[in-house]
Amino acid sequence: MTNSTQTKLYPEIIEFIEECLTREHPESYLISILHKLQERHGYLTREHMYEVAQRLQVPASVVSGVSTFYHFFRLKPRGRYAISICLGTACFVKGADKILEAFRKKLGINMGETTKDGLFSLENTRCLGVCGLAPVVTINDKIYSRVTPQQVPDLLSRALAD
Amino acid sequence: MPKVLEKFQQIKQEILKEHLPHYDSGKIIIQVGSATCENAAGADQVRAEFRKLLAASGRDDIVIKQTGCTGRCSREPIVGVYFPGQFPFKYEQVTLPKVQEIFQQHVLAGKPVLPLILDKKTSNLYSRVVTLCSMAAPRYAEQDHWADILEQRLKAKGIPEGTVRIFTGCSLGLYSQEQSSTNMGMIVFPQKTVYTFSTEAELDAIIQSHFIEDKILKANLAAMDPLIKRFISLYGDVAFFNKQTRLTLRNSGIIDPEDLGDYIANDGFEALAQTLEHNDPSRVIDAINRSGLRGRGGGGYPTGRKWQDAIASTDPIRYVICNADEGDPGAYMDRSTLEGDPFSIIDGMIIGAFAVGARQGFLYIRAEYPLAIRRVETAIAKCRAAGLLGKNILDSGFDFDLDVRLGAGAFVCGEETALMLSIEGKRGQPRLRPPYPTQSGLWGHPTVINNVETWSNVSVIIRHGAEWFSRLGTEKSKGTKVFALAGKVRNSGLVEVPMGTTLKEIIFDIGGGVPEGRTLKAVQTGGPSGGCIPAGLIDTPADYDSLAQAGSIMGSGGMIVLDDQDCMVATAKFFLEFTQDESCGKCVPCREGTLRMLEILERITQGHGQMEDLDKLERLGRLIQKTSLCGLGQTAPNPVLSALKNFREEFIIHIQEKRCPSHKCAQLIRYEIDANKCTGCTLCARRCPVSCISGTPRQPHVIDQERCIKCGECFMVCKFEAVHKK
Repeated sequence: MTNSTQTKLYPEIIEFIEECLTREHPESYLISILHKLQERHGYLTREHMYEVAQRLQVPASVVSGVSTFYHFFRLKPRGRYAISICLGTACFVKGADKILEAFRKKLGINMGETTKDGLFSLENTRCLGVCGLAPVVTINDKIYSRVTPQQVPDLLSRALAD
Repeated sequence: MPKVLEKFQQIKQEILKEHLPHYDSGKIIIQVGSATCENAAGADQVRAEFRKLLAASGRDDIVIKQTGCTGRCSREPIVGVYFPGQFPFKYEQVTLPKVQEIFQQHVLAGKPVLPLILDKKTSNLYSRVVTLCSMAAPRYAEQDHWADILEQRLKAKGIPEGTVRIFTGCSLGLYSQEQSSTNMGMIVFPQKTVYTFSTEAELDAIIQSHFIEDKILKANLAAMDPLIKRFISLYGDVAFFNKQTRLTLRNSGIIDPEDLGDYIANDGFEALAQTLEHNDPSRVIDAINRSGLRGRGGGGYPTGRKWQDAIASTDPIRYVICNADEGDPGAYMDRSTLEGDPFSIIDGMIIGAFAVGARQGFLYIRAEYPLAIRRVETAIAKCRAAGLLGKNILDSGFDFDLDVRLGAGAFVCGEETALMLSIEGKRGQPRLRPPYPTQSGLWGHPTVINNVETWSNVSVIIRHGAEWFSRLGTEKSKGTKVFALAGKVRNSGLVEVPMGTTLKEIIFDIGGGVPEGRTLKAVQTGGPSGGCIPAGLIDTPADYDSLAQAGSIMGSGGMIVLDDQDCMVATAKFFLEFTQDESCGKCVPCREGTLRMLEILERITQGHGQMEDLDKLERLGRLIQKTSLCGLGQTAPNPVLSALKNFREEFIIHIQEKRCPSHKCAQLIRYEIDANKCTGCTLCARRCPVSCISGTPRQPHVIDQERCIKCGECFMVCKFEAVHKK
C-alpha cells in the first residue's frame, strides 16, 4: 500500500480530491478524478489507483472496478499518436472497416495495440457524432473526415510532421 | 411590475447592454459554424482566416460570430453573411481560398459569390422568394398544388420568369389565428411578409397588391410566431430547411452558443421568469401534461406523468437529471443541441426542477463530446454569474444548481438506473425497475431523468402554450422530432420535422434521396435497439406508434439509410457486436445470449451457417427480449429479428448459396480474374500474401480458390479492373 507521505499522485489531483472531500457525496467524484488523472498521466497505473482509493477513502476494489468497467479508461500507455477509428453505424455503412484494415496493415498492429516504437496506437471509438462526414478518424485531438483507405499513409506522415 | 419579472427585466437589460450586435443591428455579420462537425470540416481555420482578413481591412462595421450546427453536415463548413435589411446568404463547404473570395467580393464589395451558395440551387439573384406553407400538419400535396397555381398566376401577370423563386414545405402550425388550419400560408422575402389565404381569388389579390403594386395587402396579413419567423427569415431560401419545423433546434445555427446575451435576446429564460412569477408548480406540470410531450430519449413515456410521479413522494430531497449520454452509434442530435444551444437545456431543467421541487440537477454527458462538455460548463457558469442558477433565482426564493458529470464510454449508462449509479461514482450496471427513479433514484431520492431534446422542448411549451405545441404532430405523438440522417443519403445532417412526417419525406424531400444512382434498401431507426424498415414501408409516418408497428422504434432519433450495396446480415451483425461489447455482464440472457447470437451470425457470414440457425436466432432473440434485466438486453435482438423478418431471403442466400449478394461479407466473396482484361502484369501475384495467384508474365493469371483468403489485395491493386468480386 502506498504511504501517503511518499506521494506519487500529481499535486493538482490531490488538491481536487481534497476539494471533493469537502462536498456532499465525495465518492461520487471518483469518475471525475479518474478522468483528470488519465488526462494528466495518459493512463491509470495501479499505484495511482491505490492512492486515489486511500485519499478518497473508498476500497481499492471500487476504484479498480470502476476503472475496468468503463471503456474510456486505459490501464496501459497509448502511443504518442492515438489513432481512433470511429466504428459507429454511419462510419460502418461508409466503409470504416476498410480504413481500419488499412491502418492495421500499415502499422502492423491490431485494435487496442501500440507499435513497438511507442509512436502509434490503434483504438476504436463508438460514434463521435460526426456522422454526416463519415467515415471519421481522430489522431489525438484532430478529427479527419471522409477518410479513404488511400489517405492512410498520408495521415500517418502528417501526424508525425505535426 | 411583479417582483420576479422585474428582476428578470433588470438582468436582461444589463446583459443586453454588453451584448454583441445581432442580425438587425446595422452591422455586417459574418457567421461561421462552430461545432464538432463544423470543426472537423475545417471551420476553425475558416474563422481564423476571416479574423485575419477583417483585421487587415480595418473595418469596424463588420462582426464575426460563431454559431452551432444547422445540421447541414454534408455541406460544412457553412458561413453566413448578413447585410442589414438584405437577404441572408449562406455559403457551403467553405475552404480558405473561398474565404478570400467571399470576403473581398461579398463582404467588402457587396456582391454575393453566387456559385458558392449553399445547395448551389441558384445561379441568378432572385428579387423575391416565396415560401408556401400549411398551418397545422404538413400538407405537402396541397402546397405543391398551390405552388403551381402561384407560378401560373405570376406568369399571367407578366412577372418575368426567374425573378421569383417559389419554395414549398414548411408546416408552421404556429400562426395565432385559430381557424388557420384550413388556410395556406405564404411568406414573401425579402420583406418577410406573411400572408394567409384559402381561395384563388385571395391569392390573386395578394399577387396584385404585393407583386404588381408593391403594396402590402393588409387584409390577408397573418401574425407569425416569432420563433419560427426568425428561423425562416434566415433559412427560408434553402430547400433543405423548408420542410422542417424547428423547435428543439430553434437556436442551433443561429445564436452564439457561448453568449448568454444571444439566448436572452432570442426570448431565452422568459418562460422561466413567467414560471417563477406564477410560483405554482402544478401549473407547469399541467401545461406539460396538456402539451402531450413524450420522452425523446426513445421510450416515449409522457413527460408530465413522469414529473407527477416524482412529486407523489413525500421525500423532500429530489433531483433532476439530463441524460446526455448519447451512445447510440449514428445519432448526434443531442450533441448538436448541447453544442449549439446549451442554454435552452438549462432553461428547461430549471423549470422542471421548480415543478418537481428539486434543488440540484445533473447533466450526464458522454466523455466523447469534449466540445459539448465545454459549452455546457460555460453556459452553467454564465447562468450562475447572472443569477439564473444558484440561490434565490430571480429573487423568487427558489434555489437550484446544476453540475456536469461525465460518462466514461459505457453505452449501458444511457439506461436510467445505470446512469444514476454512474453519477454516484459507481459501475454503471442497471438494476431492476420498479422502483422507478421517480420513486427511488439518485442516492435513494425521487429523480426525474429526461433527455436533452425533452428538456429543450420544455421552455418552448411554457412560453408558447401547451395548445400551440400540441397542434404539431399526430394524435399520440405531439410536437417535433429531430433525426440524425446519415448513411447513404445525399444531404446527411440533422432534420427536425413534425411527428408523423413520413420516412419518404424525410429521406427524399429533405435528405435528397440516395446518391450515386443506387436504390434505397432499408432505413435503420433506433440504433442498436431498433430495426430496419424495408424500402416498401417508406410511407410509414415517423411517430412512436407507427414506427413500432413497422417493426422498429423511434429511439433517440438515429436514422441510417441503407442502399442496395448494404448487406442486411452484416448490418444485423454490426449492431449485435455493438450490444455484445457494451453488455454490462450483470444478467445472463444479455451477457451469454447476445454472444451466442453473435456466434451464429458470424457462422452465417463466413459460409458455415445452417438453415436451423435461423430458427435458433429467433428463439434465442425472443428469449433475450423477455428475460433480460434492462432495456439494453431487452432490445438487443431487435436489429437481428427485424432483419430476419424483412430480409429472410438474404440470410438464406448466405446459408444455402454461400454468397453475399451485396459483396459485404468478406468470407463469401469470390475473387476471379477476367482472362480478357488481364494483361499479365504480375502485380496481383506479387502482392498476394498467400501466393495463390499463378500465371506467366503477359498471360492471364488465375486465382487458386482453395487457398485464397479473400483479403481483396488483388482487387485493390489491379490497374485494369480485371479482378472481379462475385
